[in-house]
Amino acid sequence: MSLLSVQKLSMGIHDHPVLHDVTFEVAKGEIVAITGESGSGKSMTAFSVMGLAPGGSHATGRIMLKDTDLLTQTEAQMCALRGNAIGMVFQEPMTALNPVKTIGDQVAETILIHGAGTRAEAMRIAADTLTRVGLPQDRFPLGRFPHELSGGQRQRVVIAMAIALRPALLIADEPTTALDVTTQAQILQLLAKLAREDDMGLLMITHDLAVVSEMADRIVVMQHGRIVEQGDTAHLLHNMQHPYTKLLFAASTHQVDLPPLTSDAPLLRVDGVSRDYRTPRKSVFGAPGTFRAVNNVSFDIKKGERLGLVGESGCGKSTLTRAILGLEDVQAGSITLNGAPVFSAGRANLAVRRNMQVVFQDPYGSFNPRHRVSRLITEPFFLLDDPPKGQDRTDLIAETLEAVGLSAADADKYPHQFSGGQRQRIAIARALIIRPELIVFDEAVSALDVSVRAQILDLLADLCRQYDLTYLFISHDLSVVRTVTDRVLVMQSGQIVEHGPTEQVFSDPQHPYTQTLLAAAPTLPDLTDKASPHAQPPLV
Amino acid sequence: MLRYILKRLLSLVISLAVASLVIFFVIEIAPGDPATFMLGINSQPDTIAALRAELGLDVPQWQRYLNWVGGLLTGDFGTSYTYRTPVAQMISERLWVSLPLAIYALTLSTLIAFPTGIYAASRRGKAGDTAVMGATQLGVAIPNFWFAMMLVLLFAINLRWFSAGGFVGWDKGLGAGLWSLTLPAISLALPQAAILSRVMRSALLDVLGEDFMRTARAKGLTRKQALWRHGLRNAMIPVLTIIGLQFSFLLAGAIIIEQVFYLPGLGRLVFQSINARDLIVVESVVMLLVFTVIMVNFAVDLAYALVDPRLRSRT
Repeated sequence: MSLLSVQKLSMGIHDHPVLHDVTFEVAKGEIVAITGESGSGKSMTAFSVMGLAPGGSHATGRIMLKDTDLLTQTEAQMCALRGNAIGMVFQEPMTALNPVKTIGDQVAETILIHGAGTRAEAMRIAADTLTRVGLPQDRFPLGRFPHELSGGQRQRVVIAMAIALRPALLIADEPTTALDVTTQAQILQLLAKLAREDDMGLLMITHDLAVVSEMADRIVVMQHGRIVEQGDTAHLLHNMQHPYTKLLFAASTHQVDLPPLTSDAPLLRVDGVSRDYRTPRKSVFGAPGTFRAVNNVSFDIKKGERLGLVGESGCGKSTLTRAILGLEDVQAGSITLNGAPVFSAGRANLAVRRNMQVVFQDPYGSFNPRHRVSRLITEPFFLLDDPPKGQDRTDLIAETLEAVGLSAADADKYPHQFSGGQRQRIAIARALIIRPELIVFDEAVSALDVSVRAQILDLLADLCRQYDLTYLFISHDLSVVRTVTDRVLVMQSGQIVEHGPTEQVFSDPQHPYTQTLLAAAPTLPDLTDKASPHAQPPLV
Repeated sequence: MLRYILKRLLSLVISLAVASLVIFFVIEIAPGDPATFMLGINSQPDTIAALRAELGLDVPQWQRYLNWVGGLLTGDFGTSYTYRTPVAQMISERLWVSLPLAIYALTLSTLIAFPTGIYAASRRGKAGDTAVMGATQLGVAIPNFWFAMMLVLLFAINLRWFSAGGFVGWDKGLGAGLWSLTLPAISLALPQAAILSRVMRSALLDVLGEDFMRTARAKGLTRKQALWRHGLRNAMIPVLTIIGLQFSFLLAGAIIIEQVFYLPGLGRLVFQSINARDLIVVESVVMLLVFTVIMVNFAVDLAYALVDPRLRSRT
């Protein structure tokens, strides 16, 4: 008998249908992954099982946990099940913990709330569980507060809270999406290990097909609130039936076709750059300390070149980006564009700034919601001495919007009228409109669904052909960097540890850190070898 | 934690020093010579000069400043120009009315605001929430002197539970003293409670939307348990800020209510002293209020650190 059996689950929020006839099962000790893009209903399915769907929702069908139909349980009965029979791990470890309580108290609370022991027993179980998830007591005592831990460590605490009472079912909603790739690998390994050891059913919600393929025993693919396909991982990946599954898979491994390099002339030159931050004073009257975020970094970008910059959070990528854009001064070295410094006399050099633009990660946060698209994308005109006016301006707006795959009529709309992918096109239009010599893409496709991401990457390749773009592409996503760059820099602790032609670095990494990064990154199995469907058994 | 306290203390001392300078010189450059004012406009120049010498007004300003600050530090606030009594004594008499009144009012407003704010937040969008929010809207809108007069009309004149004004003094016993401050405290507390209740509600609602509240629910806590165990303490930072501001306001800003209830408080003392150009009293009372405000802020800063461990380790 299966542990969790979801039968014909349909759900609506107010009058808006969210799930249709969702049916799947999770057995004891089995890892089932629900995958799909945003709006597919995968998270809503998870929250329905937890009985934590948002207010105003109503569900039909059955959610059987062993012999209990969760949909018929009262709120009090669900409270007794949550944390006890079903545990849940969330996406954002940085905010999933209460900042004012110690990690010991928070893990012990799971035990105390279900009356599973006295306070002393609860603290002992909490200590054992934290040790079990990789936070041994000698280094991570119970009295630590969440802000004293890294993202990966916090996620381990969240996992400890979820498994403290050894639930039969663990639900993990995008558990590693916010984490670095090496941390992600560790957390995934931990989850798989716990599921095997406790014979616990693990329901993983993730958008990342590579994670799914390495981890899950079975895959459930969802689109628009329906399950379009499900089956054993290896079998499903080798015998994809539904066009959406095929599309998802193709988009995840999407390769773009970059035009060849045209020039050898250097455009941006970064020479021996170091950037220090002040750290808090050690004593009230002591001198402040410094932290070197970028340490003696040198590289250049040639005209028409596509350069990648990869590294994990805290490696100095963002600091370097701000220095290149002339937003902050550097403590040593120089950054020049066409020989002119990007930062001079205490501020960004305007003549240079107008030749650089940037596209940021968040397509929702990077626009003023009260401005129309025409105003948003013409913001860089402030950098020009003689910006286009009247008909010239209108024509340029139309031309740029069309270049990024939107229409001239979109100029009069507001940002909220567009999807995430379209907004990122607007952001690219804003960068493109003054024809800069260099565009910096700072995690520009990281927040997008894979199918949308594939389209944006194609757009970049198109623009390269059309406008001879030079760009610096900063990302933590190695597979994306691999396809859209000619050359790549690998950054660790403020230093460039490896650089070279992209394909060479990826296929034959020299530095141990690059090797670790590439090994940790989840990869999709190579499906060309269709003769042996079990050539790529799931990890663990 | 110790370093956090030391840093706060240092900034407290600097703020006090700057405040004393500003208060002294701003009040000194305001027009109106106390001696001329006391003797009237028809007085003789030599009489004025004699009085100025007697009041210590004939020495240079910087020296008067040093004398004043030196006096403050040793508890000697100088002598009132008008009443010829020690300022320290005048202030302490008034403080024994104003300070208990402020604490009384603040306690009342907190006791009203916390339950109503928590109740409204936990029933967001429902009838209970709407009712509480409507009531607080009214509480903010009603002028407190009008409300005070209504209280007097009902409880003092019609029901005769309280006297309509005046303060019996603490020598009649704690109960009698508090009793005579009750109507003023209620009139002061109500608008403050309305504001605090709204702050409490919105701070709690912000916290209720946080990810860790969802985590708490996933552990098996009921909505109510999650709110009490994880919501409340995280919502305290904005609430503490407002409580600190309200205490400072209640101490000095009660002048209208003091007038309505004929209470000998600090607000009235300042008002009378300004009218009489009794600069030394004004300076000392204002300095005392600044001192209180800064001390309250210091206490609020310490309370922040107690509530939020991140502030303890931050330097």
